[in-house]
Amino acid sequence: MKLFGSADAIIALILVAAMVLIGLINPAFWQLSNIFSLLKSNVVIGLMALGVLLVMISGGIDVSFTAFAVAGMYLVVRTMVALDYDGVILPFLAATLIGGLLGLINAGIIHKFNMIPLIVTLGTASVVRGLVLGFVGTSNVNINQMPDALIAFGRTDILTLERANGATFGLTAMIVIYVAAAIGIHLLLTRTMIGRSVYAYGADAEAAKRVGFNTGRTMIFVYCTAGALAGFAGLLHSSMIWLANPRDFVGLELDVIAAVVLGGASIFGGRGTVLGTVLGVFILVMIQNSLILMGIDTTWQRVVVGGMLIAAVAVTALRDRRAPV
Amino acid sequence: MSRTNTAETSGGSLKGSLLRAGGHTNVQLGVICLLILAVMTALRPQMFLSSYNFESMAFFMPELGILSVAMMIAMLTGGIDLSIIGVANLAGITAGTVFGYLAGEAGAGSLGVAPVILGVGLGLLIGVLAGLLNGLLISGLKITPILATLGTGQVFIGLCLVLTGGPAIVGFPPAWNWLGNGKIAAIPVPLVLFVVLCVALSLLLSRTSFGLRLKMIGTNPKAAIYTGIERGRMIMWSYMLTGGLAAMAGILLSARTNAAKSDYGASYLLQAVLIAVLGGTNPAGGKGNVLGVALAVISLTLLSSGFQMMRVSNHLIDFVWGAFLIAVIAINSFRGRKAR
Repeated sequence: MKLFGSADAIIALILVAAMVLIGLINPAFWQLSNIFSLLKSNVVIGLMALGVLLVMISGGIDVSFTAFAVAGMYLVVRTMVALDYDGVILPFLAATLIGGLLGLINAGIIHKFNMIPLIVTLGTASVVRGLVLGFVGTSNVNINQMPDALIAFGRTDILTLERANGATFGLTAMIVIYVAAAIGIHLLLTRTMIGRSVYAYGADAEAAKRVGFNTGRTMIFVYCTAGALAGFAGLLHSSMIWLANPRDFVGLELDVIAAVVLGGASIFGGRGTVLGTVLGVFILVMIQNSLILMGIDTTWQRVVVGGMLIAAVAVTALRDRRAPV
Repeated sequence: MSRTNTAETSGGSLKGSLLRAGGHTNVQLGVICLLILAVMTALRPQMFLSSYNFESMAFFMPELGILSVAMMIAMLTGGIDLSIIGVANLAGITAGTVFGYLAGEAGAGSLGVAPVILGVGLGLLIGVLAGLLNGLLISGLKITPILATLGTGQVFIGLCLVLTGGPAIVGFPPAWNWLGNGKIAAIPVPLVLFVVLCVALSLLLSRTSFGLRLKMIGTNPKAAIYTGIERGRMIMWSYMLTGGLAAMAGILLSARTNAAKSDYGASYLLQAVLIAVLGGTNPAGGKGNVLGVALAVISLTLLSSGFQMMRVSNHLIDFVWGAFLIAVIAINSFRGRKAR
């Protein structure tokens, strides 16, 4: 248990060191407007990362959640446009439900056929993206068609400040949702039986079964929650950027997985904390967004993210080897 | 996971186990190929059976075929290589950049055969080095193949972006394009290369101790170590081979399209995994053969070509590929359960 604590502390230290470094290179980093925009960029990736964290603790990997996010977002927004419906709560419930149901398919296939999650989720991702683009549509829903209530919801701020020149900038209220989801997942993982069963399954699936955990239910919990979070995050994303693009999120799964690994979760399962993941997401988003501030060409972004991922997995691999089994 | 396929490498009743492991799937795949061929011919006789259609398939199938074989080799040791697309594009882009540098003002079109040989060598070298990096991370640092190659794939694609600055490199020397568009005695060059590679790799995997040791690592890593196989070195070789093959596919891709870009062939990654699994490769390691993969790539090329003729949208083809993958997983799982 102590190991988890110290791992999170190391990640936090890395984060602080990176912040100080970026701040030294360009003091503009510390402007409140920059910090606020950083926090805003955390929300969608962070929500998805919480789902991926669950999957990774259970010893699996998920590359289908971005497709589920697109399905939740695009189906809901198109339906809203078609029905001329304006609202917030029902659409978000629907997007969450769509993601959750798609996650159920993942769970079913992985559990029933005892198949490697990577390959199953590659397949379901292709199926879902193909269905959305092939049957529902390929055109963007632009700001002039987007439901007003969604846009209004997405631009809600909890704090609005004024710059010297009179322009205002704010801290998005969506951060509250993210924090609430993070606390919720943390409590689920640490305080409930189903949460403990995820760790048990990830550490040793066979042992978890023999101790009496219903592993089928654990799988359903893990993949449905991951799907539901992705569906919700998808719609949230479109209400924050006032656009629903059915080709969105391509390649984002790698960033999210990188963030979760950066946060100390082990791909072999059994390890990972919500705090670590939240910090990992923050580090990733911060470094991506600060490349311009640091005067680094944006074409280097992929190299930097890939390098960070490799460094993070190398460190966790070393840690996993040293840790007593 | 490997309980079901230990019989294959034991060599006791070689013929029987061959039938069970590779032969059976391959017969099935052959039948599927013929079925698709028959159905598509029945639906669109004039278009599907035209020599033009077969020729165009023969030009673009080898890229995917080589990538799938590369994926199969990574899977033999129980790994996976998600960086093959990055490696492929990096090989094409590096060669393109060097051509641009060598030709200067005159344009890459003016270059002769010698620079092209240099370019091919350079591209393959990039692939092998990329594979070496993967191998080092996986066997040296003990990083899971999925994550290691996910990371290196990002780095390779990132390097492609750095080299090109974003847009595609257009214009390769004629000799380079011949590799992708030329013909040797009416047979497309890529197809010739693909067949030669398949035969060579098939011999390597089934007739040499290297191939046997590779499969043994995937079948039972612990037993392989006890029999004296140097696991780390074998894994290194297998990823270097995978990287070299990916670079070869990248060379063919850029030669055929006369262009190279960081995100070309991105959809090939899933397809390569699918084809490898469909061709009888066990993603948990130990099982896989070149013929199966070749048959799988042929049947899927026929399928998507037929779909395109029936004007099915590309997105629905993605859907079919994904559904196919899941169906194959399900069928294999049922068969595996029965065998146990």
